Amino acid sequence: MSRVADVIAAKRAAGGEVLVGYLPIGFPDLDASVEAAVALIENGVDVLEFGIPYSDPVMDGPVIQAATTAALANGFKLRHAFEAVRRVTERVDAPVLLMTYWNPVLQYGVDRFADDLAAAGGAGLITPDLIPDEAGDWLAASDRTGLDRVFLAAPTSSDERLRRAIELSRGFVYAVSTMGITGARADLDVAARTLVGRLRDAGAESVCVGIGVSTPEQVREINGYADGAIVGSALVKSLADGGPSAAGALAASLSHGPSGH
Amino acid sequence: MALRDQTGPYFGDFGGRFVPESLVQAIDEIAEAYDLAKLDPTFQHELAELGRTYSGRPSIITEVPRFAEHAGGARVILKREDLNHTGSHKINNVLGQALLTKRLGKTRVIAETGAGQHGVATATAAALFGMDCVIYMGEVDTERQALNVARMRLLGAEVIPVKSGSRTLKDAINEAMRDWVANVESTMYIFGTVAGPHPFPEMVRDFQKIIGEEARAQVLELTGELPTAVAAAVGGGSNAIGIFHAFLDDPTVALYGFEAGGEGADTPRHAATITKGRPGVLHGARSYLLQDEDGQTIESHSISAGLDYPGVGPEHAWLSAIGRASYRPVTDTAAMDALLLLSRTEGIIPAIESAHALAGAIELGRELGPDATILVNLSGRGDKDMETAGTWFGLFDEQNGTAE
Repeated sequence: MSRVADVIAAKRAAGGEVLVGYLPIGFPDLDASVEAAVALIENGVDVLEFGIPYSDPVMDGPVIQAATTAALANGFKLRHAFEAVRRVTERVDAPVLLMTYWNPVLQYGVDRFADDLAAAGGAGLITPDLIPDEAGDWLAASDRTGLDRVFLAAPTSSDERLRRAIELSRGFVYAVSTMGITGARADLDVAARTLVGRLRDAGAESVCVGIGVSTPEQVREINGYADGAIVGSALVKSLADGGPSAAGALAASLSHGPSGH
Repeated sequence: MALRDQTGPYFGDFGGRFVPESLVQAIDEIAEAYDLAKLDPTFQHELAELGRTYSGRPSIITEVPRFAEHAGGARVILKREDLNHTGSHKINNVLGQALLTKRLGKTRVIAETGAGQHGVATATAAALFGMDCVIYMGEVDTERQALNVARMRLLGAEVIPVKSGSRTLKDAINEAMRDWVANVESTMYIFGTVAGPHPFPEMVRDFQKIIGEEARAQVLELTGELPTAVAAAVGGGSNAIGIFHAFLDDPTVALYGFEAGGEGADTPRHAATITKGRPGVLHGARSYLLQDEDGQTIESHSISAGLDYPGVGPEHAWLSAIGRASYRPVTDTAAMDALLLLSRTEGIIPAIESAHALAGAIELGRELGPDATILVNLSGRGDKDMETAGTWFGLFDEQNGTAE
């Protein structure tokens, strides 16, 4: 039913670690972001989280803000997102989710956005500022098109809200490791482990942990209790510093080798 | 249902809670605490006492006949929120939210500020209640409102200049929300206007509606009848909703919000959100906003830092959509002309924000004629704007001949 959930489950069943990698579309430019995304996937990223640059990214820390601001300054347009998804999915096989704040989808038209994403070969959406309570149009559009929809779960979410996030998410539930915005952290909060435990108790079958994950050790540790680890800022920083090949090399290291384990 | 009884989370198609999941528990907690507080006589009494003994409520009204000669001869009456402690209406809301913060047991408050009025009010309340205080302010605004930055620091607040995006109010809100996501357990975000996710639009309105409740009674007492029109400046919209709210169900009273028209609402440089924007989601609510075809927020422009915001509160969007209130743009030049006029005719120097309402009142007076009574919310005083006004009018030049 879900391409993302199937990929995660298959990798887990084979005893592997799951790595979800984030990059913004259009950074440093459209071509390079596509190259970098392909490099990530060829170096062990199992699911790509492709971010749509947005003018007011309240969940993002300085590294991703700087990248998405640069992408917008370089002329990123929403139509480039579908183009980027198509170009990546034509070359490599991993599922590609778009990570987007809600207003761009709203302005494009929720149904039109879903149709164009599906046509481009995209797997679905991660929506950091759209909670299930406000997601009626997106629930309908994703059901109609079969796209995955990833909602977030936070350490402060009530049990009732966790159940709702699990029930409505398709692909995985995005467990926010710690209270805060994106950016590498040396220590992951014990909150992550607790939250994943609560999600499991509530019946979650596919949970990935993100926010603050940046090292191979963290990826391994998270894969010990969750279904996958999400890395963003560290990959963006390596892309900014060393281009697509550096991002690919970091992905290889995070996934413990070009093909994982 | 009476329009006054409208509550969040939705005002017609507008409002809601478009926030990261990490903030939901915090806004639920505030909504719950506020629902209890608004029915709690102790809370209401404490708030009223703070108004009476600290911030200076009720604020007076002042009729301004010499100014009114320039407004078609209509009667013009000012609601003097500029006389509140800290110099603007912002203190009304801040004292309410600070009391709520105390109830929630939180010890740290954060706030965004544009002109610095909300930041000063928040820093003031933090000093009064012994709370830690961090104020986020766009770097552009820290420069044009340097006096308020010094006031906040003197009051013990940390002021963080925000260097991202347009470096104005919207980016200060982004940065404050990032802080809040990371520190939500210890921290209350004292939001300054009637925008943002539920419950802020409703709660901030409730803390500001005393402006209109007082003014309605005061105008009735002075003139024996309700005003013909009520005028207020609209950025996020808190002073406007504050003075509008008591009149929402008085069908004879026309309500006018004046948005920052900047260099002209037909130029790219303005902050006339309802006039020129279209519905979208920003900072947690669905409302009108200035945006491009991709939904990217467009940077606003206004000479007034407090109105320089590309969004607007959802209740205003709703009042506009149902036709209960009208929203018009006022240019930088018209606002500065009105600022000078009130200063010279009445000896009252208004904030540049409030000067937009005064310029609007001049326009309305000329339309409505001498039989009309126009109530204007003088939301703040102009002391903070002397740098901008001094440059605009050439007051720092010894020859200062350009003012007239």
